[in-house]
Amino acid sequence: MTNRVVANGMPLLELRGISKSFGGVAALTDVDFTLRAGEIHGLVGENGAGKSTTMKIIAGVHSEYQGTMEIAGERMHFRSARDAKAAGIGMVHQELSIVRDLSVAENVLLGMQPVNRLGLIDYPAMVRIAGEQLKRLGIDVDPRQPIGMLPLGMQQLVEIARVLFSGARIIILDEPTSALSPPEVETLFAILRRVRDEGHSLVFISHFLDDILRVSDTVTIFRNGRRIETAPVPDIDKGWIIERMIGKGHEELEESYTGEIHLDSKPDAPVVMTTEGLTVAGVFEDVSLQVRGGEVLGIYGFMGSGQLELARALFGKLQLEQGTIRLDGQPVRLRNTAAARLAGLAFVPESRRSMLFHMEPVFKNVTIAILDRISRLWVKPSAERAIANQHVKSLQIRPPLVDRPLGTLSGGNQQKVALAKWLTYFPKVLLLSEPTRGMDVGAKDDVLKIVRSLRERGIGVVVVSTEPETVLSMADRILVMKRGRITKEFASEVVSKDRLLAAA
Amino acid sequence: MNSWLRSQLRNIAPFATLAVLVVLFSILAPSFRTMDNLGNILQQISVTGIMAVGLTFVILCAEIDLSVAAVANATGIVVAYFTMQDASVNIANIPLPGGIAIALALAASLALGLVTAFGMNVIGIPSFIMTLAMLQIGAGVSAMLVRGQIAYNVPSLVATLGSGSLGPVPWIIIVAAVILLAGHIVLTYTRFGRYIYMTGGNREAAEYSGVNTKMIIAAVMVISAVCSGIAGMLGVAHFGSAQQDEFDNYLLDSISAVVVGGTSLFGGQGGIGNTIVGLFVLGVLNNGLDHVRIDSFLKILIRGLILLLALIVNVYAQRMRTKAATTATGA
Repeated sequence: MTNRVVANGMPLLELRGISKSFGGVAALTDVDFTLRAGEIHGLVGENGAGKSTTMKIIAGVHSEYQGTMEIAGERMHFRSARDAKAAGIGMVHQELSIVRDLSVAENVLLGMQPVNRLGLIDYPAMVRIAGEQLKRLGIDVDPRQPIGMLPLGMQQLVEIARVLFSGARIIILDEPTSALSPPEVETLFAILRRVRDEGHSLVFISHFLDDILRVSDTVTIFRNGRRIETAPVPDIDKGWIIERMIGKGHEELEESYTGEIHLDSKPDAPVVMTTEGLTVAGVFEDVSLQVRGGEVLGIYGFMGSGQLELARALFGKLQLEQGTIRLDGQPVRLRNTAAARLAGLAFVPESRRSMLFHMEPVFKNVTIAILDRISRLWVKPSAERAIANQHVKSLQIRPPLVDRPLGTLSGGNQQKVALAKWLTYFPKVLLLSEPTRGMDVGAKDDVLKIVRSLRERGIGVVVVSTEPETVLSMADRILVMKRGRITKEFASEVVSKDRLLAAA
Repeated sequence: MNSWLRSQLRNIAPFATLAVLVVLFSILAPSFRTMDNLGNILQQISVTGIMAVGLTFVILCAEIDLSVAAVANATGIVVAYFTMQDASVNIANIPLPGGIAIALALAASLALGLVTAFGMNVIGIPSFIMTLAMLQIGAGVSAMLVRGQIAYNVPSLVATLGSGSLGPVPWIIIVAAVILLAGHIVLTYTRFGRYIYMTGGNREAAEYSGVNTKMIIAAVMVISAVCSGIAGMLGVAHFGSAQQDEFDNYLLDSISAVVVGGTSLFGGQGGIGNTIVGLFVLGVLNNGLDHVRIDSFLKILIRGLILLLALIVNVYAQRMRTKAATTATGA
């Protein structure tokens, strides 16, 4: 590794005048970016602002662009991700690239396993080397354990260890904290700082501005494909960042980010859904709750507390072992998701990939859940396009072209399409799992507005999340789940992130 | 390559293959480029075509049906079993009126399809294994009914459609065209067709949209079995006999036709239009090789190599299309 060549604080990677367009649409315009040796560089911006595109150029994913890139003073132009890797650039994606069935050690040394004289993998050496590497980073895990058994946070740390071990001196982390519990975030940050102090440079992309401010030395803000500003962290705060990210004053923004939230639950509203003693052994137990029409019920818990699985069970995807669900007082049995939909339930899962059809045009994505309401035998594409156009307009989905394949939309816009599926004929209860995960401030705000408008219409909305900000910004009443059980209810009171975390 | 071209590669490649084959055989063999031979090719691909319709439905759902030829064989034998045979045919058949024999044969194919659907959905056997079992069961039914004998007679309606002509046009070509057209209409213009594409494109997303994906899968397996049944009955009439192992080549041919045509083995992409092109590629290949003078043993190898090429294009086109659909974003 050559990272010692460059003294700390010297520019290690420099981009000058980078421009990139996709099919005539400018994604980046004249971007200058400097990453110094031994720094953690936070990257913020709304979805589509250009952060990912910039990082993909650095990581060799995009090889066609204008402008220049220098690493340690040397002009570079990567033709492939492999080139970038060879030059010491490693990327840890939001969706991890670990092999679940292999052990921790095998994952750390993936592709560079030590071999013995016969050319066979030397397992004892592998466990020893991986163990040393993990220990040096302060990651406390048995290298022999299958990685799939570990919590997500630990899997992520192992992936970082692997990227480091492959010789990376520049590590790009894309949304590393979005699925982690607070203690896991602490561990991650401690490790990132240690890696930095060893002289590596890290780029940290995140929508969690608190996390960015806590761990970064420098922050760069992107907007509309341009670099807006770069500043050292001690000089800036969240408000300063948000102002530059969205480029205009946002009134409702405050509500979603302030610490103290006054919950305004509606005890008199009619109950639309009741559950009694819902149980799936080992996942959640004895869950009894009520959902009222015109109320947003937030269910919060750390990763693995069972709230995400509960939402799946309420949509008939996960079969209950015990318990009853009542809709408008009538017991319903949800044999499958089709039965749940017909009973008046709707669900948007946490992963957009499991909700949308990337190769299909936007309009088919919008109408798939209501096809039986608009056509009996024959599909009516013109009616479908009309419906999709309405949603595209009212939800401000961009680009406003309903025949574009869904995969060409940005993440925030895809999420709006996922919501639009259920907005033509309203359900009784809408279940939202992590509705704003990985989204920028503006898109979060849009989702919030949609949820509020549904509440006005008397729909019961259930928001399950592992992000305190999500439930705090949306819910009128909050249930906290811990190890599969509801442990606390917050209703008609002042609550804060601290109190929520304390209850979880 | 621009992204439109990339996304269309799946549809262009089979056409290009077909054009190359037609030009090649036309140059090599004068007997190939005649109207009579075109008629031959159409007849030769008709039975495969009927089977391929059901199979297209199945493959669009990202499933597979290895039992098509066996179900066709069994159904063809069932219809002959319930038809009066000559005294020389030594099988314990039960002669019934033609309409009833046809109804029983269709019911048999339907039942086999339902068993497949049951095994997949209720028990949870993957289609690859389940239809492999059904292949054996179909062969078993055939064997039990004919016991090594050959039956020749089928109900007159089946005989007409399988080997008769309407003016100059053989009925079997008309039936195949009608079934292909019906398949195309169902896939393109009906709600059920849309569900098939969505289920194949992303089963989880279809399920989270409240689509009963198990029901869709069950339906396509049953449709595939019934298409095979029709192909089997007409095939028996077309060949003039019903016997064991009569359709063995048709499994490979029908799967090849669907895939060579460009329908994705990963589901969600393709359609009857692709299958028709695939049928012609296969038909021209099989027919053309008989018109040129080469070692007949070499022909088998050539067929295999051309199929391999088509599969490579299929996988490559899938990759290109996925790329075209995702890299156009400026995240």
